[in-house]
Amino acid sequence: MIASAAFDILLCLLIVTVAVGSVAARDLFGAVALYIVYGLLLAIGWVRLGAVDVGLAEGAIGAGLTGVLLLGAAARLKAAPDPPRLRIVPLLLCLAVSLGLGAAVLSLSVPQPGLVPLVQENLAASGVGNPVTAVLLNFRGWDTLVESVVLVVALVGVWALAPDDLWDGRPGAAQRVKRDAVLNTFGRLLPPVGLMVGIYIVWIGAYAPGGAFQAGTVLAAVWLLAIMAGVAEPPPVRRPLWRALLVLGPAVFLLAGLHGTLWGAFMSFAPAKAKTMIMAIEFTLTLSIAVTLAMLVLGRPRRPA
Amino acid sequence: MIADAVTVLLIGAGLFFFVAGTVGFVRFPDVHSRLHALTKADNLGLGLVVLGAALQAPDAATVLKLVLVWLLTLAAAATVAQLLARSALEDGAP
Amino acid sequence: MTATLVYGLAGSVLVGVGLYGFAVRRHLLRQILAFNIIGSGLFLLFGALARRTPDGTSDPVPQAMIITGIVVAFAATALAEALAERYQELTGRTALEEDSKPAPPDEQESELRG
Repeated sequence: MIASAAFDILLCLLIVTVAVGSVAARDLFGAVALYIVYGLLLAIGWVRLGAVDVGLAEGAIGAGLTGVLLLGAAARLKAAPDPPRLRIVPLLLCLAVSLGLGAAVLSLSVPQPGLVPLVQENLAASGVGNPVTAVLLNFRGWDTLVESVVLVVALVGVWALAPDDLWDGRPGAAQRVKRDAVLNTFGRLLPPVGLMVGIYIVWIGAYAPGGAFQAGTVLAAVWLLAIMAGVAEPPPVRRPLWRALLVLGPAVFLLAGLHGTLWGAFMSFAPAKAKTMIMAIEFTLTLSIAVTLAMLVLGRPRRPA
Repeated sequence: MIADAVTVLLIGAGLFFFVAGTVGFVRFPDVHSRLHALTKADNLGLGLVVLGAALQAPDAATVLKLVLVWLLTLAAAATVAQLLARSALEDGAP
Repeated sequence: MTATLVYGLAGSVLVGVGLYGFAVRRHLLRQILAFNIIGSGLFLLFGALARRTPDGTSDPVPQAMIITGIVVAFAATALAEALAERYQELTGRTALEEDSKPAPPDEQESELRG
């Protein structure tokens, strides 16, 4: 008990220290590098909290993809002189916010069953065995449907920032890496393994931690790596096939939801069909999420260098 | 019991190599010797940790997953170390 | 309960750290980073409170909401990064402009703005 609490306290101290380091870092690259470390440590924290699904999402999206995106940004944005200075008034205000939140945590630390009994009661009717997947795709399917649309809308927003003459062109690679033998080999070696891991994660998500978002991130990462290694080309954003892939998952999700209106209400699945419906949504959603996330990292169309 | 003891031994040895690699990373003077310390010692350390954890695995599938994690880390570390070393060389590091 | 307390308090501190970075650092990329630290701090706070169940399992409903939050935060980060890059292209700056009326240095320092 004591050893486990000591580990948690040590981990939290480390997380907070790295966050402070990221805010206080002198150069942009250092700030982003520390942010990635911060995300990975947080993922361990989530596992400690028994939220393995969240840990996977934090490690893959919060640390991994956000890290790649911001490392690219750190290279493209000018570094302006911005020395870290201690400012007393903001510091005191932020301290007050932290203390207030901390007081709230202390006052809320009483056992609460929450929604666990409700989820457990209805898990059998949800079609899957992993309670988090049941919430994401069945009980609160609405949230996830809208979320998958938010991703596509954000991508349209990113594309819209391209200058007029580049609109619907080819997005530049997020990083310009020299195409040498080692990276090229790695870029050829990894995709088959990554594909297998991605499919495994979406499949296992029905019973155990995993699911469409985590698997989609793995597939997106593999594709991005292949692009950076010079094995694959980023697709031009006008290609209809790629646009169809972007909306396939949300469209299948929406159709499944509409099918629910025949049976009961929008976004409700008959228990007998729930498993089939959820797996159809999960696999198509994984594909769409993978393409959307990778294209968000690649960014808007750029002038060829 | 014996499996538990071996696990503790292996993971302890693994952690020793991690510490050694980190000490090298902090103490060594230039990029190349730091990379040398990090990639070699940490890869071996992770291998020992994986071996120790595999002894506690409930089934063969878990062992396979652990080995896959180790192999992927090895490949990634080797690739990244090579890229870092080359770019440091091109930037004129000793 | 210990885990709820430890991670809940860590989340509270992270929100403060991120808020401070967001208020004090001017570079847009640093503000994006700080905003992400605020977000992940709130997620941690939420996730810690989700673990108050009597038997110590983590409530799946907050978990699902946090996963949704992480993905939406990534989408927002990507959009913000694209905006920052375009802003630099058009204006040559990497920080948002100060208010048109130049404030005296003291006042500038105590300002809490994004």
